Amino acid sequence: MSREQIEHTIIRVLRIVGILFFVLMVAFPFYWMIASSLRPLEEILMNPANLGLDFRKIDLSAYYNVLFDHGFVRYILNSLYVSIITVALSVALATVGGYAVTRLRFRGQSFMSYSILIIYMFPAIVLVIPLYVIFSHMGLRDSVNVLILVYLAQTLPVALYMLRSYFKTLPLEIENAGLIDGCTRFGVIWRIIIPLSAPALASVGLYTFMIAWNEFLFAFMFLDTPDKFTLSRGVVQLAGSVHLSKQLVMAASVLVTLPILFLFLFFERYLARGMTSGAMKG
Amino acid sequence: MTINSKYHRESRLAFWMLAPTFAVVLAFVVFPVLWNLWISLKPVSLADLRGDALFQFNLSLDNFQKVFSDPDFETVLLTTLVYTIGGSLLSILLGLMAALLLNSRFLGRALLRGLFIAPYIAPVVALTFTWSFILDPQLGVFNQFAVNHGILAQPIPFLSQRWLDLGIIGVGFRIPLALFSVILFEGWRYFPFAFLFILARLQAIPDEFFHAASVDGATPFQRFFHITLPQLATVLSTLFLFRFIWTFTKFDDVFLLTRGQAGTKVLPLNVYDYAFGEFNIGASSATAMVLFGVLAIFIFIYFRWGMRIEN
Repeated sequence: MSREQIEHTIIRVLRIVGILFFVLMVAFPFYWMIASSLRPLEEILMNPANLGLDFRKIDLSAYYNVLFDHGFVRYILNSLYVSIITVALSVALATVGGYAVTRLRFRGQSFMSYSILIIYMFPAIVLVIPLYVIFSHMGLRDSVNVLILVYLAQTLPVALYMLRSYFKTLPLEIENAGLIDGCTRFGVIWRIIIPLSAPALASVGLYTFMIAWNEFLFAFMFLDTPDKFTLSRGVVQLAGSVHLSKQLVMAASVLVTLPILFLFLFFERYLARGMTSGAMKG
Repeated sequence: MTINSKYHRESRLAFWMLAPTFAVVLAFVVFPVLWNLWISLKPVSLADLRGDALFQFNLSLDNFQKVFSDPDFETVLLTTLVYTIGGSLLSILLGLMAALLLNSRFLGRALLRGLFIAPYIAPVVALTFTWSFILDPQLGVFNQFAVNHGILAQPIPFLSQRWLDLGIIGVGFRIPLALFSVILFEGWRYFPFAFLFILARLQAIPDEFFHAASVDGATPFQRFFHITLPQLATVLSTLFLFRFIWTFTKFDDVFLLTRGQAGTKVLPLNVYDYAFGEFNIGASSATAMVLFGVLAIFIFIYFRWGMRIEN
């Protein structure tokens, strides 16, 4: 066998082993989260090393318990409210802002791009204490609407940056025709830019949703009243109060994870593109 | 209508279109940084937040002195660096491996690509609780499975034990166990970020490069080391800079996994501990300023060097 053939064989073996390794490493924790949430507590305590899931013994009581006894219905609604409002505001303001940056002439355009990039790299831990202090002082801290504003500040610059890159690729001819025919600038945005940018808007919207839905630090620091908790905040609260009942914590984890994974699988095509154009940080 | 007045109208419109974004960023990013500087120079405790003490002009460097003279400061800084460099390198290495595995076309590749991104997409609270559960010494599947099958003599408390003594061929040494586990989690959770960027770069390498090298008799491994790796140099170093910046300031993961116990206390956790453990907001802000300072250096490096390469 030539060296070329030997190396090809080695590569083929390495590829199979490698893919198995990655699949196991990535999928197992998700499988385990779901399997443990469906298993009766005695089973977890008596037989923690049982890898299989016995379908005849599936037990949904953990979900019932978490949803109705531990207030997770409320947390789901709160998380939906926070995420959807953040998405709506972020996409709307970023569309208008992205249009201004790419189509209108004004001073400080390059300054804009730099400041967006700097904000993109800004960590939450540096902002959380000063915001905690000022909102506590003003008595506004324990509020989901304040949380939405903070999330907006985290997502808006990146959303604007992504849409800016996309708007640059759109042909100007249609817009100019629209302007000549008497469309206003906002008319152009509404009738021409938005319909042409549907994929980019979808990917920006998904990212914003994901950031708001997954966010932990601000929700943890700001929210005190259980009625206002988002899901992430609720899971931490639950884990602290039912320390040994792993089944409940896993059911709560499934509730916070599955929506985002489903959205992601559904829109996978947009997401991979969005991610490499700077949509995610962390 | 003159060109000049058209320009004025356009810039006024642009101003109003960007005003909401600017307002939000000023209020929730720029202002907090300045406000943080102010607090870090004052004696502020958690009990002072309601009163007017916040606005009194009594500035000093006491908080910074406290932060730097803390006997644990050097340990925490070292831990932070080990965690940051270890986590960044591991996530990039795993990302590189995953990208190479999925670089050629085969059935199910799109599915695997979707799967590989899952750790990065899922909420951090769910992932940290799941891993804590898997690694738990009593109820965790990893330890129980390994003990039952004779792989381990006794369960290992991955997230709650500071040191683990190992002996390989008679040479004894010890590793910082909990820190090691936290770094592994970091590599696991963030490899998709590196994976996507590296995969995109890999697919942009022209096929001619490889054809030409094959014609010249280069074997697959030679092609990897002489073509693929040099082509990836830029993306790998940019990724390292980004991962370094974000891992250095990362709070959620370590806080949720260990609360900074067992030798995993990193600088961002000090921000929290000063504020809510010692009720010392001033020292907490000073720690955040230190983080901000280090971050500023790296952002500066990025703009001097990274931007040039990206363009």
